[in-house]
Amino acid sequence: MSEHIHIKPYLRLAGLEPLVIRPETNFVNVGERTNVTGSKKFARLIRENLYEEALSVARQQVESGAQIIDVNMDDALLEGVKAMTTYLNLLQSEPDIARIPIMIDSSKFEIIEAGLKCVQGKCIVNSISMKEGEAKFIEQAHICKAYGAAVIVMAFDEVGQADTKDRKVEICARAYKILVEQVGFDPQDIIFDPNIFAIATGIEEHNNYAVDFIEATKIIKQKMPLAKVSGGVSNVSFSFRGNDAVREAIHAVFLYYAIKAGMDMGIVNAGQLEIYDEIEPTLRNLCEDVILNRNNDNNEATEALIQFADDVKAKGADAGRVAEDNNIKLAWRSGTVQERLAHSLINGITDFIDADTEEARLQYSAPLEVIEGPLMAGMNQVGDLFGAGKMFLPQVVKSARVMKKSVAVLTPFIEAEKERLKLASATPGGKSKGPAKILLATVKGDVHDIGKNIVGVVLGCNGYEIIDIGVMVPADKILAEAVKHEVDIIGLSGLITPSLDEMVHIAKEMKRRGMTIPLMIGGATTSRMHTAVKIAPEYNDGVIHVLDASRSVTVAGSLLNKDQKGPFLAELESAYLQLKTDFNNKKTIKQSLPYQEALKNKMPIDWKNFEAVTPSFTGNKAIEITDLSVLVDYIDWKPFFIAWELHGNFPAILTDEKVGEVATKLYSDARALLDTIIKENWLTAKGAVGFWPATAEGDDILIQTEDNQVELHFLRQQAKKAVGQPNFSLADFICPTTENKKDFLGAFAVTIHGIEKHIKAFEAQLDDYNKIILQALADRLAEAFAEFLHAKTRTEFWGYAKDEKLGNEELIKENYVGIRPAPGYPACPDHTEKYSLFELLDAEKHTGITLTESLAMYPASSVCGWYFANAQSQYFGLGKIQQDQVIDYAKRKKQTMEYITRWLQPVID
Amino acid sequence: MSIQESLKKRILVIDGAMGTMIQRHKLTEEDYRGERFANWPSDLKGNNDLLCLTQPAIITGIHLQYLEAGADIIETNTFSSTSIAMADYDMQALAYELNVAATKCVRDAINQFKSKHPNASEKYIAGSIGPLNKTLSLSPDVNNPGYRAVTFDEVVIAYTEQIKGLDDAGVDVLLVETIFDTLNAKAAIFAIKEYYRQIGKAELPIMISGTITDASGRTLSGQTLEAFYTSVAHANPLSVGLNCALGAQDMRSHIEELSQIATCYTSAYPNAGLPNAMGEYDEAPHQTAHFIEEWAKNNFVNIVGGCCGTTPDHIKHMADNVRSIAPRPLPIVDATI
Repeated sequence: MSEHIHIKPYLRLAGLEPLVIRPETNFVNVGERTNVTGSKKFARLIRENLYEEALSVARQQVESGAQIIDVNMDDALLEGVKAMTTYLNLLQSEPDIARIPIMIDSSKFEIIEAGLKCVQGKCIVNSISMKEGEAKFIEQAHICKAYGAAVIVMAFDEVGQADTKDRKVEICARAYKILVEQVGFDPQDIIFDPNIFAIATGIEEHNNYAVDFIEATKIIKQKMPLAKVSGGVSNVSFSFRGNDAVREAIHAVFLYYAIKAGMDMGIVNAGQLEIYDEIEPTLRNLCEDVILNRNNDNNEATEALIQFADDVKAKGADAGRVAEDNNIKLAWRSGTVQERLAHSLINGITDFIDADTEEARLQYSAPLEVIEGPLMAGMNQVGDLFGAGKMFLPQVVKSARVMKKSVAVLTPFIEAEKERLKLASATPGGKSKGPAKILLATVKGDVHDIGKNIVGVVLGCNGYEIIDIGVMVPADKILAEAVKHEVDIIGLSGLITPSLDEMVHIAKEMKRRGMTIPLMIGGATTSRMHTAVKIAPEYNDGVIHVLDASRSVTVAGSLLNKDQKGPFLAELESAYLQLKTDFNNKKTIKQSLPYQEALKNKMPIDWKNFEAVTPSFTGNKAIEITDLSVLVDYIDWKPFFIAWELHGNFPAILTDEKVGEVATKLYSDARALLDTIIKENWLTAKGAVGFWPATAEGDDILIQTEDNQVELHFLRQQAKKAVGQPNFSLADFICPTTENKKDFLGAFAVTIHGIEKHIKAFEAQLDDYNKIILQALADRLAEAFAEFLHAKTRTEFWGYAKDEKLGNEELIKENYVGIRPAPGYPACPDHTEKYSLFELLDAEKHTGITLTESLAMYPASSVCGWYFANAQSQYFGLGKIQQDQVIDYAKRKKQTMEYITRWLQPVID
Repeated sequence: MSIQESLKKRILVIDGAMGTMIQRHKLTEEDYRGERFANWPSDLKGNNDLLCLTQPAIITGIHLQYLEAGADIIETNTFSSTSIAMADYDMQALAYELNVAATKCVRDAINQFKSKHPNASEKYIAGSIGPLNKTLSLSPDVNNPGYRAVTFDEVVIAYTEQIKGLDDAGVDVLLVETIFDTLNAKAAIFAIKEYYRQIGKAELPIMISGTITDASGRTLSGQTLEAFYTSVAHANPLSVGLNCALGAQDMRSHIEELSQIATCYTSAYPNAGLPNAMGEYDEAPHQTAHFIEEWAKNNFVNIVGGCCGTTPDHIKHMADNVRSIAPRPLPIVDATI
């Protein structure tokens, strides 16, 4: 327990949010447009006091990907201190901008200090130097430190600004020593600016400036590894003013080499950074000559670039670039077959995979070597990028698809090879050691498998052989298959609460059978706490809760590494034991009411003045939608992205700094598939809806059908509430029998049919990506159907809110009157009430939904629930209930305690 | 033994709420005024810091109760003893004097305690530096977001006076607490750094305690916890932590995060739960103490105590529960990336 945490000496900055500059951060973009000396527009806005508009310049920088913004108010016509103060104070009131750290840029220290007085986050001061001697430098550094800012130190001393490599290094080293030893600066808070000067000016002495910067950077980073290097990038191309295409190319090439040398950050126009690989090759070569000062005797390289720049200008820069576009894109095709395979895997390109795989097969002595060699190397890169947060799940799934296609090409040859070897060596039982095997299954009674499929893909990408035995798999089959395939890990998935008990059962079975395979637990309903308290105690050879797909890789890695497994499981066991102890201790704290008292503290509703709206029909009725386009507007996309482990609000996620690009791609792929689904009528939506006269008696609701009376049973919150807070039960929202008034209850069930055929087709094409999109879309459509039907119920079928007008956003936020809680969910966690709901609705007949033994609905993309119309009805979570209520509930349901306890296990305290 | 040495050995307990305890005395306007301010032109009831001058026996008595309960660190009753906060009562001129008097109240309490318990462990005085009633990052005028009711320089002057009072009177640590606007805290840190640099004296250890105001997990001025920590880390504090606004249950994830990122000691003194419908804190002492104990076991904390609604009974339960638990070891800051 008392192991020390290690903390790395990274440069840490902050706006409203932190920015930590780690080695893998790559290059940090500092936005340059909020600078009156660099941007004419910004200067004009500030001079004319149009501060509000000037804020939009900062916002544009942030939106274009600036991670820090540089603010400079050095203009002879401006009152610098006042301008800096006003602008930064305004900036602090804009959370979308204030999110990122600020670089306060001025050649006047009083303006810098004025800026530091406005910003709560950790800033960078740009800059201080020794140009006016050591004493002043030290005093300014002390002040910066007292404000808690990092500093940029310009390579400038009493003699002047450093232009050669040696002078740059010498000045930086001297400043470093003073700051660290005399001022007490943390080395990581020191950033050097070794001066980027303009090249290709025609003056021969300037030709080596970029080289000097790059080489100085290399030495500075070697000598002072914790310090950082920054610079104003646009200076380097100053002599090409007016020719943005060439300037951007020069910047990109310069940065390519400077970053390699160790440059950490730079002041750039965040919106306009070209990618090195995408520069047209002729231009790129010319830029390289000029920047690296190659082939440049007598300014030849410079002349050549100037000549080219003029041509580009004449042609119109953009036209030139477009013409070359196709060539650039396919440039990667000229690499070696190993490089091409890696490129295809990382970028998810299937176009060339068959041919490339075949080419690789011919190069290697055995087909298996292609998998173990270039393909695994490529997938390891994918795994690393995913682990480092540089690739996201949808991209990884695409990579897996490429991998599968490649393996499919090789499989026949591998089989043939096996046959040949078998005949040749004939050593029975001498099995080769293939990749580790992981068996995945969704447990008995549960039909949900999107999460499990994603875990399978991610683990598959990391070199494991996945044996996925599907959904609703009984314990016996899971364990038999595990033994048969000699798997190394078993992974169980489940989404509905009864699955939790099934997992406990499987753990017990594994122990009884004397198995020793570790067990991974995952799925939306599972939790670390439940695993620790309920599952782990039943099995001694490792039970691990895995939060999401990305963690499954490290967990599997630890479990399969001989050296790590023991310590990993031991650590986990003590953590789970702690959780379990805490859980048991905590139980004593929660205060609860006796059930009879909770029953008295019901939701007060004024039934005296209550008048129910009568539905347009009573009894049940089937609803079928063949044209799914009516549902599209009702789709809540947020959970779709969550299924892909992309967390954030929709549509903001599409422009998210980190995952925006991936989310946008995923969204457009999903929309495209959705269009196909609708156009080609892949799926049908079937539903049932019904309304009946109803009254409440205690926590029961009595339903009057045409020929029968049906009792529905609900549960009541039992936690001790604050004064004035009721103990809710859904029965509170229906008028009590004693009031002698009319009231109604509704119910619905909806489902999406037809997915299986298309899933199979995607599986046949080895296309997990579209398979998972389709599954996730079917879920969204079922939810959208439920939302659509609820709206129709409110405005038409029941008609208690005829004038309602809500947008999609308001629907998602549930800004409507009435609720539609589902049996098995927080307000009414008893899944067995689904039997009554299905009976009332004739749901099987109308919708084709069947209930599994765990009361999951099949097809998996189904939703059902009750309709309550009362304006005071609301969603709530039941929380834990006590034994007295369980006894009462069993009596009301006329069931044994054992039966009730089994189904209500998760909510019984 | 210095506070640094004690922190290496064990979890230290800081005291609980002052306001809750003062309320129990049901003081009247006259009690607040005492003889000295009998004719003061403005109302003084509610100026709790003033009681260090007018009812020192009551304040000393409260400190003594916390010492008896097992607190190792006692805060001076100076949360609002700055010229800026005292302006509400027209008492700007008393700021320095209030800090000196408040420190004396704690010193008296510790002396009384020590004479009763000569073998007790070392007790420490923490000079409480509150957040002020004016903020540097937020505009009080919705129509003018660039407006500020106070300047950084004014805040630095006010804090410097408070720091001088606390330092002259001999506190052991400076505690910048209940920070809901990081820029105010940065002004306090700036004042501390410059005060000691100017007079050429070694700095007192600094404790920093921020406030996460709600479920957003951010400070009132909008920073995430990590951003907050990054923005005050230059104080090179003895400890950094969280207090107020939340009860222990809601503070847990934040203190856990902080324990992972802070290179210094960590502190936490939550409220006694969340206020009930009547605005009262009703989390029982053993409940609060149970949460704190779990944090201690998980190595989240080095200093624990209570904020609003906590009482000597809460502190006693906490002190009893954490006594035998090892403190969070200081993280190791690696020399290389």
